[in-house]
Amino acid sequence: MADPLLRVDGLVRRFGGILATDHVSLDVARGELHAIIGPNGAGKTTLISQLTGHLAPHAGSIFLGGRDITGLPAYRRSTLGLARSFQVTSLLPDFTAADNVALAAQAHDGHSFRFWGNARKERGLREAARAALERVGLVGRADVPVSKLSHGEQRELELAVALATKPQLLLLDEPMAGLGATESARMVKLLSELRKEVTIVLVEHDMEAVFALADRISVLVYGRVIASGLPSEIRQNDEVKRAYLGDQHVVVKRG
Amino acid sequence: MKLPLDVRTLVAGLVVAGLLLLPLYSFLSGNVFVLTLFTRIVILALAAASLNLIMGYGGMMSFGHAAYLGIGGYAVGMLAQEGVGSGFVQFPVALMASAFYALVIGALSLRTRGVYFIMITLAFAQMAYYVASGLARYGGDDGLTIYKRSDFAGLINLSNRVQFYYLCLACLLATVFLIWRIVNSRFGLVVQGLRSNEQRMQAIGFPAKRYKLVCFVIAGTMCGLAGALLANNTDFVSPAVMYWTRSGDLMVMVILGGMGTLFGPVIGAVVYLLLEELLSQITEYWALIMGPLLLLIVLFGRGGIMGLLGRLNRG
Repeated sequence: MADPLLRVDGLVRRFGGILATDHVSLDVARGELHAIIGPNGAGKTTLISQLTGHLAPHAGSIFLGGRDITGLPAYRRSTLGLARSFQVTSLLPDFTAADNVALAAQAHDGHSFRFWGNARKERGLREAARAALERVGLVGRADVPVSKLSHGEQRELELAVALATKPQLLLLDEPMAGLGATESARMVKLLSELRKEVTIVLVEHDMEAVFALADRISVLVYGRVIASGLPSEIRQNDEVKRAYLGDQHVVVKRG
Repeated sequence: MKLPLDVRTLVAGLVVAGLLLLPLYSFLSGNVFVLTLFTRIVILALAAASLNLIMGYGGMMSFGHAAYLGIGGYAVGMLAQEGVGSGFVQFPVALMASAFYALVIGALSLRTRGVYFIMITLAFAQMAYYVASGLARYGGDDGLTIYKRSDFAGLINLSNRVQFYYLCLACLLATVFLIWRIVNSRFGLVVQGLRSNEQRMQAIGFPAKRYKLVCFVIAGTMCGLAGALLANNTDFVSPAVMYWTRSGDLMVMVILGGMGTLFGPVIGAVVYLLLEELLSQITEYWALIMGPLLLLIVLFGRGGIMGLLGRLNRG
């Protein structure tokens, strides 16, 4: 079997007495869209934060393309091709949309200890920004400051920023959070196109979107992976049904 | 979208023109004092501009920036005391000593953020203050008189008021120009991005601390230059220039003029020091008027004087 792009092995993270990540192991194959679902407080964001290096695990290891990245800081992982979007939109609010994306491109174009030339006039960076904005349908809003963009547009911009780093693996933490029905539909369409180009780990509450997009699904409850498999298997899984019962019926309703 | 002539640019241009023509006014009116006063203003404007680079653009609230005024000053004073009078030695030493201090202090302080960063930069500056007070050979508490200004081998005579004033002004304008280039460069955008959202910048691949530290060192070096000039201006350097209230003065100048604006700190320094001078001529309780005045500007003029002018522009 080919090496998985992402391999998580026995990951543990505690907050005081709480095991937020309880010996999580996970394989994500190259080209796959792997969804992680679970009730609120299951430790999904905690897991993502350990994958991106914003939070250090207490035990276990993380491999990207066979390379152990467990001890690497966030910026090093980014240069190795790992990009993320945040659950709560995290952009540079006083910069324009184009600046946000251009900075992401700049981060992957050598070091930035260049003190003289005007970076906003560098054609390479601007074109990379434009291409990424075009990808998510924001090219018309390039010169608008982020603080003036709508919530939906900010979610799309998060994606553009992640794409501009030319990632191998995209970690999306609830990209649909707070989106209306039309915006959600647009995001699903966008993700279904992106998945052809890049491996994606998707954390999402919107079950309809998850089952429409995912190749495989892992279910996280109280920090543990209780099931992992094809969407059809997950839908049938008794333990999953129990975990969701009375909380989110969507899974069982369809099963 | 934009007026052809921004009010802020206009005001900045007028201030620069005024500063350039000041010696002429001083000569015509026979008022020598105004030149002395403005030499001091220009030097402290340079210090404020350097603080603005880390505070306004980089979001690093350093409360110990006056330390560099002392380090630059003592480099000149101590070398002069030891018989090294050449400015070609004194000034590079002043800059390098400031850069080195910034590198060490920055590497330690930048592990913290927010209030802790403010406190730790303050603590280091106070440490520098007490170290200087303990230098018995160089005057200790009483400070060190500099009997001869830096000698630039006939290139420029620092004892000539007008020449010295123009040297200070040239240093200020060159620094502001350099800051302008820096903040629009790749490096500058990274630093401003870090001020805006450090977590996001790390996630897209920037090693935050490295960029902040380099920015911290650049600002410290610039302020060291101001220190070397200031010591020449007063023919004297004492621990008092490093005292925390002096760091506070610099912060007020930056905030008053407008944080994160190119000319804000220069205008802030001019307004602050002129007010101080004028009010202290009226009453010895000048601080009683100055305090509320500053409070009003900070409370109602968000973004300082430059912020007010910006709104004038739009309104």
